[in-house]
Amino acid sequence: MKHIKTLTKSTLKESAVKGGCGECQTSCQSACKTSCTVANQECENR
Amino acid sequence: MIHKFQFDDVKIVLDVNSGSVHVIDQIIYEILDDYKEISKEQIIDKLKNKYSDEEIVEAIEEIKFLEKEGLLYSKDTYVNHSSFVNRKPVIKALCLHIAHDCNIRCKYCFASQGDFKGQRSLMSEEVGKKALDLLIENSGNRKNLEVDFFGGEPLMNFEVIKKLVEYGRAREKETRKNFRFTITTNGVLLNDEKMNYINENMDNVVLSIDGRKQVNDNMRYTINGDGTYDVIIPKFQKMANMRNGKNYFVRGTFTRENLDFSSDVLHLADLGFESTSIEPVVEAGEKSYAIREADLPQIFNEYETLAKEYVKRKKEGKGFSFFHFMIDLNQGPCVIKRLSGCGAGSEYMAVTPEGDIYPCHQFVGNEKFKMGSVFEDEINSTIGEEFKNANVYTKEKCNDCWAKFYCSGGCHANAYNFHKNINQPYELGCEMEKKRIECSLAIHAKLLK
Repeated sequence: MKHIKTLTKSTLKESAVKGGCGECQTSCQSACKTSCTVANQECENR
Repeated sequence: MIHKFQFDDVKIVLDVNSGSVHVIDQIIYEILDDYKEISKEQIIDKLKNKYSDEEIVEAIEEIKFLEKEGLLYSKDTYVNHSSFVNRKPVIKALCLHIAHDCNIRCKYCFASQGDFKGQRSLMSEEVGKKALDLLIENSGNRKNLEVDFFGGEPLMNFEVIKKLVEYGRAREKETRKNFRFTITTNGVLLNDEKMNYINENMDNVVLSIDGRKQVNDNMRYTINGDGTYDVIIPKFQKMANMRNGKNYFVRGTFTRENLDFSSDVLHLADLGFESTSIEPVVEAGEKSYAIREADLPQIFNEYETLAKEYVKRKKEGKGFSFFHFMIDLNQGPCVIKRLSGCGAGSEYMAVTPEGDIYPCHQFVGNEKFKMGSVFEDEINSTIGEEFKNANVYTKEKCNDCWAKFYCSGGCHANAYNFHKNINQPYELGCEMEKKRIECSLAIHAKLLK
C-alpha cells in the first residue's frame, strides 16, 4: 500500500474469540486510582 | 466508526470496532472526511485541484481494501457477544483501607486528608483477615487476586499489613489462589526495614509524589506545613532502585496550579524514575485548583509536549514509561474486558477499617453506596448490578465515542462526583483521556519511523 501503513490489525475482533477470562489486573489497582485507562492493562491469557 | 487525527507530522486513522490503527498520508486523510457520504465521482471532483484522478482513485482503492478486510468502518459485533452478555463477575480485587488516617495533609485529598470524612482509624487484623476471606470466597475460579493496601497512609498500620500478607500467603496455598499485594504510600514513613519488606512482598508499589519540589510541596505537606519533597525523594529513589525490574510507579496529581505538568513528569524521569503516572485532580467544586474547561487547550498542549519528549527519549535510549501512554497495540486486554470497564462494584471493592464495603475507594464514606460489611454474608446485589451494568453500551455518551474501547466508559466515581449519575461520564475527564489516547497512538507511529 502506498498511502496507508497499518500499525495494528483487527486485535479487538481476535480478542473476542477467547476473551473474558478475567485474570487480568483491575485497572485502578495499577497506578491511576482515578482516571481509568483500561487499554493499557496486560492480557494474562496469551 | 472511525476516528482520524493529526499529531505533529503524523496522520492516523483508528477503526474503532476492530481496533486497527493505520498511519495515513494527506490524500487519504482528506478522502476520509466524507468517504461514506459522497460517491467516488464526487470525491474526485472535490479534490481534483489538489490531486490527479489516478492518485485519488488509487487512494480510494486502498481504503476499499481495508474496508473489505474488516480494518476500516467495521461493525460492532460485541454487544451480543456471549462472553459479554453472560459474564458473571466475581470479586477479584480489594482496596484495603488499612488506615483512615494520614501523616500528611494534601490540599486536594479526595479522602478528606485521610479520614474519608469519618473518624481517624486503623484497620484491625480481624477486619483485614475477614476481607481476605471474603475475597477468596467470592472469587470463583479466578486464580489471581489483587489486594492494594491503601489509605490514608497504609504505613501507619504496617504491622497489620505484615500480618495480612502472612495470612494471605497461608490461605493461598490451601485455596490455590495467587495473591498479588500492592501498596500505595506517601513515603514519609519508609525506612530500610519497610522498603525491604515491600520489595519482597508487594507485586507493585505506588509512590505518591507530584513532581517538582515547589509543585509537590504546594500540595503535599506535613501537619506542620512542611513540604514532603526533600523527605521522600531519597527514599523513593532507593525504593525504585531496589525494585530491579519489579513493578513500581511514582504517581502524582496535577491541578490547575501546575498546568505545565509535563515538566513534572520529565522531572521525575530525570530523577531516574522509570514508571510514572500523573493524573488530573478530581475536584468537582469551585476550588481554585480544580481543572476547568478553559484549561483544556493548555492541558492538551502539555500532553503533546510530553509525547514528543517521550519519543525523543525513547529513541535516545533514555526512555521511561508514562502510565497513560503504555497502550500496547498488540497485547492489550481483550474486548470483553474493555467493554466491562474498571470493575468497581462488581470485581473490585474497597473495604474500610471498620469492614464496610464500597464499590471502590472513591465511594468510601458515601453511605448511599455502602454494599455491606465483611462481617455479613450478603453483599448488596442491587448496587453491584448497577455498577456491573454501567458500561460503554449503557452509558449513552459512550455509544458514539471513538475512545470507548480504550477508557471503557471512564471512572464511575468521576461520573458520580460531577453528575450524581455513574452512567453520565465526566466530560473534562473524557476530553483529557481522548487526548492521551491520541498521544499514545501517535507515539507508536513515531517510534516506528
